[in-house]
Amino acid sequence: MNTIVNFLFAAIKAGTPLLFGTTGEILTQKSGNMNLGVEGLMYMGAFGGFLIAYKTDNLLLSLLAAALFGALGSLIYSFLVVTLKANQNVTGLSLTIFGTGFATFFGEMLIEGGSPKLSANMTTILSEKPLPVLGNIPFFGKVLFSHNIIVYLALVIAVIVWAYMRFTRPGMKLKAVGENPAAADAMGINVDLTKYVHTLIGGAICGVGGAYISLINGNGIWNNGCINGQGWISVALVIFASWSSAKAILGSLIFGAFTVFQVRANDFASEFAFLSFLSKIPNAIYVMLPFVITALVLIISSMKEGRSEQPASCGTNYYREER
Amino acid sequence: MNNKNKSKGFRIHVVKRPPLPAKKVTLFYILAIVAALAVGGVFILCLGVNPFAFFAKVFTGSLQSKMARIALMRIILPLFITSIGVSVAFKMRFWNVGAEGQFIMGAVFACWAAFTFDSLPRPVLLVLMAVAAIIGGGLFGMVCAYFKCRYNTNETLLTLMLNYIALYIVQLLRDGVWRDPAAGGFPKIAQLPENGWVYQLFSVDITWIIAIVLFVVAHIYFTKTKQGYEISVVGDSQNTARYAGMDVNKIITRTMFISSAICALAGMLQVAGDGTSHTLTTGIASGIGFTAIIVAWLGKLNPTGILSVSILFGILEKGCGVAKSTFMLSPAVADILQGIILFVILGFDFVITYKIVIDKNNKTDKKGAADEHNS
Repeated sequence: MNTIVNFLFAAIKAGTPLLFGTTGEILTQKSGNMNLGVEGLMYMGAFGGFLIAYKTDNLLLSLLAAALFGALGSLIYSFLVVTLKANQNVTGLSLTIFGTGFATFFGEMLIEGGSPKLSANMTTILSEKPLPVLGNIPFFGKVLFSHNIIVYLALVIAVIVWAYMRFTRPGMKLKAVGENPAAADAMGINVDLTKYVHTLIGGAICGVGGAYISLINGNGIWNNGCINGQGWISVALVIFASWSSAKAILGSLIFGAFTVFQVRANDFASEFAFLSFLSKIPNAIYVMLPFVITALVLIISSMKEGRSEQPASCGTNYYREER
Repeated sequence: MNNKNKSKGFRIHVVKRPPLPAKKVTLFYILAIVAALAVGGVFILCLGVNPFAFFAKVFTGSLQSKMARIALMRIILPLFITSIGVSVAFKMRFWNVGAEGQFIMGAVFACWAAFTFDSLPRPVLLVLMAVAAIIGGGLFGMVCAYFKCRYNTNETLLTLMLNYIALYIVQLLRDGVWRDPAAGGFPKIAQLPENGWVYQLFSVDITWIIAIVLFVVAHIYFTKTKQGYEISVVGDSQNTARYAGMDVNKIITRTMFISSAICALAGMLQVAGDGTSHTLTTGIASGIGFTAIIVAWLGKLNPTGILSVSILFGILEKGCGVAKSTFMLSPAVADILQGIILFVILGFDFVITYKIVIDKNNKTDKKGAADEHNS
């Protein structure tokens, strides 16, 4: 039982940065921008968040800084793609290269000035502790209600984004822009503004996801290669969750489970005899599975008749005078 | 931004301009690179380093010694070949962002050939490795074209996923069947047998000769052959291609095969080359496939442009590594500068393709009416 509890707990912990990245990318893609720069945005947020947490010892400021860095990154993207109509794939990839270089460069400067470590106060704020009352529920208390506080923030944001797109007017307008910008334009929706706003907010959310990685996963020490492909997994998760941030909550749990499974497989194999084959599966399979499953989901969903959840205009820019 | 200042009786809008003459465009891009370096220079200046001294060091440093020049070639050549591969698909507006994975799979298939037929004579084995890489890597990419044609599966996302699948296939092989028992428990793949090493000429892998051949062939293929013409027609409009009686699906599948086969060949040359010590690792591509997409785009998808940008990026990457010791700046500054260059040039692209027109006294157009109606 303990094995399962620890496993699920670790899966949620590992899935949280993915949930941030995915929620941010869903908002971005719903506005018609296929931003492949999530990895770069997360790097920028990771650096910004860590720097401020290290200097000010204030979690709120740190998360705001991460959001700001993420938003700045996607401002570059939006300006190039929405205003200057540059190619989305190329711009996104260069944002990834830029963001990775940015975090590595300034991260190294930070390391040179003495090894950067978060204060004890900060580590306490970020530590995992059971919530009052809820934390005492057997099983669920540990699995769901004993996390660091940023985990709950990810959940809240994912639910808000889901509700925003489902129930609110601006959310509907956003989807209209992503599906058919020309029609949305004719309806009087400001297409460019809608794209800017949602890409920026999406980038900010990705940035916070990056900060989660640098603050929580790094055990309080800055590490240059910290994001290590989690931005790309987030892009995969967008497809897996079929562009719904509610489904992304479950999806991030599943993808998080894959990432921790390589460490936990042996625990399962030794506790349950019928699972002993698990320890024989190579680690590479576990890390590969999210991508294999996503590729299959992508293919199978395109085979199905009818509409895909992917915004129809995603990947192409809107130029009003080109009909 | 299109309908600002509406109330003042004029509005700004963006129109496409007729194509500029080639000479003017070239001049424009040289200007763009100067501007990009200037923006990068301001960034360097903000770090308290003299940008002129820095760029001078980057340039001279990357060429200063024979060793530096060899290292520079090792950066430029795989980048150039992969970018040519990417450009073939991009010309058709098929967004193959899977060059990284195709590069890796090329290396994997080449290794398979080298390990399986290690007793063959060197020239035969090398040709066999190249063929294995081209067929294996080509098919790995072609799968995406198949699904694109059959089910309209999004090729950007599918090729992207395959990058990581390829990467973890290498890890799987490293930890499993190809694990080197001689490495003393350390997970690594054995070095290729010596008759699977690329020949050298003037102490550089003959990859440079292949790059020159590819440069010429790509130029001819794009401008002089029927297939090259078909690619550009399909890229412009699939419907036009269909009306003209072209088999669009066949063209897409074939082109994607060629595109990923070239990327895979680059991977084969990389793993059989000197720069990797003839060993397959999980870091075999380390982002070349992604940078290649940027290089191909900046080079305007034409071989001369791609070669120029590859050289520029190579010098930046190598030179920033050399300049590290002089200016105490992390070599990651190369990535930042590459990003800045790309951002600035994408900005210049806009000025080349579009112009901004200010209409005076234009209140009653369609959009203005729609806006008023909405408010």
